[in-house]
Amino acid sequence: MIQTPHVDWFALSPSLALLGVAAIALLAAVLVPAGRRKAFSATVTFVGFVGAFVAAALVYGLSPDAATVISGSLARDRWGALAQIILAGAGALAVLTSYGEKTKEHVAEYYALLAAAGAGMLFLAQASNLMTIFLALEWFSLCLYVLCAIDIERKSRLEAGMKYLITGSFGSAFLLFGSALIYGATGTLRLDLIGRAIAERGLSDDPLIVTGLAMMLVGLAFKASLAPFHQWTPDVYQGSPTPIAGFMSAATKAVAFVLMIRVLQTSFQEDAHLWTVLLAVLSVASLVIGNLAALVQKDVKRILAYSSVSHAGFMLMAVAANNAIGGRAVLYYLIPYAAMSIGAFAVVAARERELGRDVSVEDLAGYGWERPVLGVGMWIFMLGFAGFPLTGGFIGKFYAFTAAYRHGWIWLVIVGAVATAVSLYYYLGIVRQLFLRSPVGAAGRPLEAGGSPPRDALLQIAVLACIAVTVGSFFGVQPLIDLARNAAGSLPF
Amino acid sequence: MTSALILLPLGAALAIWLAPLDRLAVVGLALAAAVAEIALWIATVIRFDLDKSSIQFSQQASWFKDLHVSFHVGLYSYSLWLVGMTVIVMAAAIAYAVWAGRERPRAYFGLMLFLMAAVVAVFEAQDLLLFYVAWEAMLIPLYFLVGVWGGPGRAAATYKFVVYTIAGSLLMLAAIVVYGVQQGTFDMTLTKGSGSMWLFLGFAAAFAIKAPLFPFHGWLPQAYRESPPEVAAVLSGVVSKTAAYGFLRLGVIEFGGPSQDVRNVVLALAAAGLVYGSLVAFRQPDLRGILAYSSLAQMGLIVMGIYAIDLGGLNGAVLQMVNHGLISGVMFLLAGIVERRAGTGDVARLGGMARGRPILATTLLVGGMIALAVPGSTTFAGEFLILAGVFSSGWGWTAVGAVAIVLAAMYALRLISAVLHDRKGEAVTDSARDLRLPELAFVLPLLACLIALSVWPAAITSHSFGKGSERCRPLANVLKLTPGDCP
Repeated sequence: MIQTPHVDWFALSPSLALLGVAAIALLAAVLVPAGRRKAFSATVTFVGFVGAFVAAALVYGLSPDAATVISGSLARDRWGALAQIILAGAGALAVLTSYGEKTKEHVAEYYALLAAAGAGMLFLAQASNLMTIFLALEWFSLCLYVLCAIDIERKSRLEAGMKYLITGSFGSAFLLFGSALIYGATGTLRLDLIGRAIAERGLSDDPLIVTGLAMMLVGLAFKASLAPFHQWTPDVYQGSPTPIAGFMSAATKAVAFVLMIRVLQTSFQEDAHLWTVLLAVLSVASLVIGNLAALVQKDVKRILAYSSVSHAGFMLMAVAANNAIGGRAVLYYLIPYAAMSIGAFAVVAARERELGRDVSVEDLAGYGWERPVLGVGMWIFMLGFAGFPLTGGFIGKFYAFTAAYRHGWIWLVIVGAVATAVSLYYYLGIVRQLFLRSPVGAAGRPLEAGGSPPRDALLQIAVLACIAVTVGSFFGVQPLIDLARNAAGSLPF
Repeated sequence: MTSALILLPLGAALAIWLAPLDRLAVVGLALAAAVAEIALWIATVIRFDLDKSSIQFSQQASWFKDLHVSFHVGLYSYSLWLVGMTVIVMAAAIAYAVWAGRERPRAYFGLMLFLMAAVVAVFEAQDLLLFYVAWEAMLIPLYFLVGVWGGPGRAAATYKFVVYTIAGSLLMLAAIVVYGVQQGTFDMTLTKGSGSMWLFLGFAAAFAIKAPLFPFHGWLPQAYRESPPEVAAVLSGVVSKTAAYGFLRLGVIEFGGPSQDVRNVVLALAAAGLVYGSLVAFRQPDLRGILAYSSLAQMGLIVMGIYAIDLGGLNGAVLQMVNHGLISGVMFLLAGIVERRAGTGDVARLGGMARGRPILATTLLVGGMIALAVPGSTTFAGEFLILAGVFSSGWGWTAVGAVAIVLAAMYALRLISAVLHDRKGEAVTDSARDLRLPELAFVLPLLACLIALSVWPAAITSHSFGKGSERCRPLANVLKLTPGDCP
């Protein structure tokens, strides 16, 4: 008889909450009358994300000592729990920004998939076994593939969905192949045992391990949209429903980095001399390509997509530093970054709903004066992305630079500083449109959909929340860093 | 006390932004905050021990401990004077904006007060990261103040200004990270100083661009021309002083060794800026252009005083920083008043405004005379100390400085005569009135400060680096003073 392992339901509760909510929302697609379907499923999903947030916070509070549960397939530790808190918060904000979307079709499915994607991400944040990693990765990716293409009123939705499906599958395939090679070399799926096996048997230069590690990193680089594996990002963000693009740029990236650090620190400490250099190279590539490509974009969502590539580069800088301060830096960085991403995409979504088409930079002319809350919000998010003080983006970059410098890579700090300088061009370009241009566009077009459209209160609340996190994380560094330090303490840095 | 000087304008800015006030309330609140800030500064001066060279009114709150970064503010005597200059000039600028009736008052006055808080924070910050934060925070309001309320060429001017400034400040950020991590703390009162030339250059780049030091002044003429006059006054009078302060506080004091090594290079650049700025100012076709290049020249002189690395020179530099701040305030605001009356700042179309406008003529003449450092004025005292200080580095520097002061007389007199005398300019109509009470309300206090300093320049020169043995302590290692100098 096969012995069933003990299941720690409490550790699973954040993912389970969302999974349950996904089921309820899906049932709503059939059982709730069409008129109330959207309100019902959105409310349920929001409650699910809040519940997951609370559950993750409880897991964080009650798991001071890192442990693996369910036969070592999941980690119950603060690293995963803090990541889950960030992810659940991002999901809740995504629900708020989604509510004003005009599409009438498949609304219940939309929220069901969003909740399911969130559940998969939360699961992945805890996964500590090659099998659960792959399972969770595919789980949330499948949901996102559909979400990208769900809005039938968008012209480029199929392109977005297909591109994401194909490149995403490539990424998953790489990850799976790499996992297989590592399993072959070490004979175990558990991350901690892999690390022990490599150390005890001296496998750090084993070709299977090195190739497997490289392939796993490539797979994760696809998900984190690190250059040169980023090509899908702008097209997918452009074609997806805007709130989903915001959710993806915040949450997918977050979970990819959280997992990457867990895998590297738990299993591949012996190979640090290889992957630190590789990741530093990828970081530079992302900074260079992301920033240069963003310079020439006209569509705001494409700018934000390339900006997310460059931010992946900044975070990777801290990962590559391979020190505790780097781990702390990434977790801290993710908090304002997630808020800024979701907030910025929310503002784009609001403008998109007014215009009924894709938003180019010029469509934002004078928008800051027209809609002060959204305009000031966008301004703050842009400053935050650019790493200006008075936003958490500044502290995040500062920590990332400090981590890189502690590793002895002053050149990486300089690359980061130069990349920041370049990025100002397009971030300030958006700010210039918002406030320095009159509402009459450059070509003399009057501002379309002027006046006062029905106010989307939920979206405004989400934007205000994002502002609060972006600015609050600047002044309240200490509590957030304490959280991140305790979280990083559960990994063997 | 110290943090209140930052929090008061910041709080007023937030109140103006967030509360739905009408124009009158916004204007009243902004003026009240500016005046209250001056009162707070005066209260600080009264309680301040000017004979001490050490930090006073230090306040510290933890920010993030793992990297030893804190909200640490405090005042040295010299920073106290710079803060005073800032609050006075900013108050005058705000009053000018009230008089000129800027559009979108909530945004405008909120930004001005925010800028005031940021500049004061630069002078008070005793933590490297906080210094950088305040330094960058200045840029946010300036970007909008020039970009939204500026003249027709504002977009290009703003762009240039921001690109130049940020290029410098990011180098400074990299230097701050390295310096702070090396020292194990970001607290400027605990750092031990460094001999690294690279770090020094990282800091110096930011200061050289912001001051600006020749040849990093490419952004200056456009920014000063396209800004609203009161913002130009603040840019040239106040914001540029943060860079001079940076050279003093972080350049000379933290990086004594490298500062000695590059002393001649900096002096050469400063002298070049002094001569070049003065010559170009003389040839400018408009009031703002003259003032912009004269500002470049004056910043060269101030940096010369700092890089004389001599106590006399430093005292002169601090005095001259205050002087130039006040003069820039007076002159740019008067230029703005003239431009509003004549509709142009083009000197060829101005002239003859003295006739029938005695108050305008008197204020402009007094301002111009102090600007050209007429003997007996506070600027004369400052320039004399700087030239005497730089003499120890070589008589040639003093000679160049003296020549440039003659050039200053040329451009200042040209400005005065072009506006006031000559034949009557075509842009000057009889309807252009003399100065009225509201205008005097912001011009006269600045002139009064300048005249008071002319009477007693030692108020600043003897009270900037402490007294007696106190006097030498922070600078002794840099200035290589003999024991006899420190009784």
